[in-house]
Amino acid sequence: MLVRPKHGILDPQGQAVESSLRELGFAVAEARVGRVVDLELAGDDPAAARAELERMCEQLLANPLIESYAIEVPAELPAA
Amino acid sequence: MNVAPRIGVVTFPGSNDDRDAAWALRALGAEPVPVWHAEPELPDLAAVVLPGGFSYGDYLRCGALARFAPAMEAVRAFAAEGGLVLGICNGFQILCEAGLLPGVLRPNVSLSFVCRDVRVTVERADTPFTARCAAGQPLTIPVKHGEGCWFVPDELHDELTERGQVVLRYAEPCNGSVGDVAGVVNEHGNVMGLMPHPEHAVDPLLGSADGALLLASLVDAARDRALAPV
Repeated sequence: MLVRPKHGILDPQGQAVESSLRELGFAVAEARVGRVVDLELAGDDPAAARAELERMCEQLLANPLIESYAIEVPAELPAA
Repeated sequence: MNVAPRIGVVTFPGSNDDRDAAWALRALGAEPVPVWHAEPELPDLAAVVLPGGFSYGDYLRCGALARFAPAMEAVRAFAAEGGLVLGICNGFQILCEAGLLPGVLRPNVSLSFVCRDVRVTVERADTPFTARCAAGQPLTIPVKHGEGCWFVPDELHDELTERGQVVLRYAEPCNGSVGDVAGVVNEHGNVMGLMPHPEHAVDPLLGSADGALLLASLVDAARDRALAPV
């Protein structure tokens, strides 16, 4: 799950990262800082997993007032 | 009649102002009742205070985990029945995450922890939390937080202002809150949250006693409720 500050929401962390990257000489137009949540779920149904992850985001992992989220479910399970 | 109303102070793992809140409430005539976060039911109380601190390490987002504590379910039910609930700092963050108050507290715009006395203005003196104040009265109360930047969309801020839900505003730059909001109440006016710490300003020895006006208002209101026939 990728949780990000919504567009239009002031992101002071992103601004600090942005100005530091510029000071290092990188041509950065805008930086936004969010968070990654890696989860391992039992089961082998990607659609069911996605629905479950949606509920997790809505109920806890993201605050819909300020954050948007994106869910990535790998097609192949990583090798153990 | 001089009855000491029973006011619960909820302690979460990571709360650190619970004892100061209890001390201040007792000094102002209440009987503070410690409530552990894992308790699924509240004892007989006239009001509840959610104190400051760093519940559950402030992991994920401030207050986001504390709202699932069993005691919070009980607080939610207490509030739904009209019970008085005051959230201070982390308590305010928890009430916002629990959906009992509008908005969310985000990192300060400065990204710095702010720890100092601030001036706030009382916007509403007709709430159970501000009855001892006058509308427009300036108060000096300390803040100490890294994530006190209250956010709602501008339209919601306008609506809340119109409905009189904004109770305190900073009178000087503090953390970047929308509309300089320092404290809000819910629609029914029985739940309030604020970032400044009134419990740290109840005696002139501490630099200001203005916080006592807020907490004593709560004690008054709690006493009225304790005395009201059930």
